[in-house]
Amino acid sequence: MAAIAVELRDVVKEFAEPEKKGEAFAAVNHVNLQINDGEFFSLLGPSGCGKTTSLRMIAGFELPTSGEVFIHGKAMGKTPPYQRPVNTVFQSYALFPHLTIFDNVAFGLQMKGVSQLEIKPRVQEALAMVRLPGYEKRKPKQLSGGQQQRVALARALVNRPEVLLLDEPLGALDLKLRKEMQLELKTLQREVGITFIYVTHDQEEALTMSDRIAVMNRGKLLQVGDSSGIYESPNCRFVADFIGDTNFITGKVHSRHGDTVSVELTSGVWVEAKSDQALNTGQSVTVAVRPEKMHIRSGTRLPNWFEGRVTNIVYIGTDTHYSVRLPGDQLVRVREQNDMPGYSRPLANEGDSVWVGFAVESARVLVE
Amino acid sequence: MSRRRSPWLTLSTILVYGFLYLPIVVLVVFAFNSSRQNVVFEGIVNRDACGPFYWFCRVFQNQDALDASVNTLKIALTSTVLSTLIGTMAALALQRHTFKLKLFAEASLYIPIVIPEIVMGIGILVLFNTVFRFVNTTFDLAPAQRLGLGLGTVIISHVAFSVPFVTLTVRTRLHSFDRAVEEAAADLGANAWTTFRRITLPLIMPGVLAGAMLAFTLSLDDFIITFFTNGPGSTTLPIYVYGLLRRTVTPEVNALSTMWILVVLAALVVSNRVQRRVA
Ligand SMILES: Nc1ncnc2c1ncn2[C@@H]1O[C@H](COP(=O)(O)OP(=O)(O)OP(=O)(O)O)[C@@H](O)[C@H]1O
Ligand SMILES: [Mg+2]
Repeated sequence: MAAIAVELRDVVKEFAEPEKKGEAFAAVNHVNLQINDGEFFSLLGPSGCGKTTSLRMIAGFELPTSGEVFIHGKAMGKTPPYQRPVNTVFQSYALFPHLTIFDNVAFGLQMKGVSQLEIKPRVQEALAMVRLPGYEKRKPKQLSGGQQQRVALARALVNRPEVLLLDEPLGALDLKLRKEMQLELKTLQREVGITFIYVTHDQEEALTMSDRIAVMNRGKLLQVGDSSGIYESPNCRFVADFIGDTNFITGKVHSRHGDTVSVELTSGVWVEAKSDQALNTGQSVTVAVRPEKMHIRSGTRLPNWFEGRVTNIVYIGTDTHYSVRLPGDQLVRVREQNDMPGYSRPLANEGDSVWVGFAVESARVLVE
Repeated sequence: MSRRRSPWLTLSTILVYGFLYLPIVVLVVFAFNSSRQNVVFEGIVNRDACGPFYWFCRVFQNQDALDASVNTLKIALTSTVLSTLIGTMAALALQRHTFKLKLFAEASLYIPIVIPEIVMGIGILVLFNTVFRFVNTTFDLAPAQRLGLGLGTVIISHVAFSVPFVTLTVRTRLHSFDRAVEEAAADLGANAWTTFRRITLPLIMPGVLAGAMLAFTLSLDDFIITFFTNGPGSTTLPIYVYGLLRRTVTPEVNALSTMWILVVLAALVVSNRVQRRVA
């Protein structure tokens, strides 16, 4: 078991509700989290879910209303930001506009009292690391957005922090640069071995870069796991919906054998799906299936296969997406790969009656 | 550029500049007048060793004028430093803190700007007199130790009317100030004071300098409030010149004013230079 770099223990952060006097709402609500040393850890969630607030509590810009933040086992209490062994890359970069790139990057070292002799090579090393050598004399305004972002990164990394906090650092970049920087960041993180805590609302970004991901919504931590864990076995409807595309089929629990649960749909048909949660007979549940795990056949009568009518077909090159209306007015999306030899024709036409289905292992029972 | 300008634009430009600067030109020209009455220009003066600068030499021999100049400078510099300090701190406090009566504090900033100066002058005088009388009688001070009007009261009153100007100028600069850079500095290990010195102050410096320049010029040419709050030994130039006006105005007054124009111009150039460098 790796050492724990950062831990949030039952952390709550309340802000005053401006409209309702005296009332407070929890931007971060009883969050427990352990982040390992050297890990690339992402905080993922929609806008306003409390990602930045969580990060700011680790950095020390906000103090928890209750609970405690630990960095390398040490309770942070009211330790001010300038005494914490973490550095932050801000959402807006927050470069010092009146200082040159060199002085921006050197700032942290100067604050630590590193000798002038040592500062120069370390700044140059940091700028080389983010591939910006030779820009020392410029002012931040004379750089492009991507370059500024890299300066912000160099300014934080040059201090060799134990933990680096990144708040949507790629948010302001265009898609292409964003993809490039994602790769660069990931490579850089492996090279320097520093723990990265990376805030993003972009699920694809989180999936491609992270060792582990924490999904948040409305101040609550919903699920923590690695990319495939979060994608393949979401533990609630929100996570399944937020990460990737999911079909939700509603019904009631009928019976259970081990981790296989039979769910009776509103239309009266049965679905079998997997669950590791405790369920009661008759409980309302949702069955979640990814579109790519659903398939279309022209005729079969296995379990989890239903007859439906194709309402829409979208051809997107690598895949074809079908919308199929099941009995009980359930609309599902099915994604078929166009991987048959030669010219790929659609498996059905709009209006056709088809069979759609999925393996029991591909479906998960979610409690609302 | 060969775009034709409207003749009206040219005319109005000439009129505006003429209206602004002709009085100053006349003032300077009459500083070289050979007529003592200084009503009509009777040719360039040429007397004594100073030649055309006769009236300028006279100023330097006039102890009262020199004293008034020194007083004016002392008052302007001191009140500028004080009001810039107080005004900047007030701007920072108003920008980043919420507190009870904040709205009142903000609104009260405008009061010294909008109320007639003469009202403020009388008000300050009454305040000083009341306080001084109270202190003098309560502690039964000897005549030499009694509090009274002087340089101190002028400086205090100048600070009072300059602070709002500094605060408002600095605040406009603070509006475009991104507080994330202060957090970034703290994140990089700078404590509050270092952050202020290395990050905040340099960034708001143009606003602070502009505010200081305003305070300086306001103090330099203030007449009304100074009229009420000055006392023995604290006569400023405007007060002194006003005293002269009641007798005859010799070209000496023009010479004195000309030199002050030069001083103010020099101050402006310096402040512009500095502002451009820090901006
Ligand atoms: N200083 C504050 N005072 C009051 N409410 C705040 C404050 N900071 C954040 N909030 C509120 O707390 C909630 C969480 O904000 P936070 O900035 O953590 O969201 P986020 O997950 O980072 O969102 P985004 O992806 O948009 O950056 C929001 O509802 C926000 O309005
Ligand atoms: Mg945020």
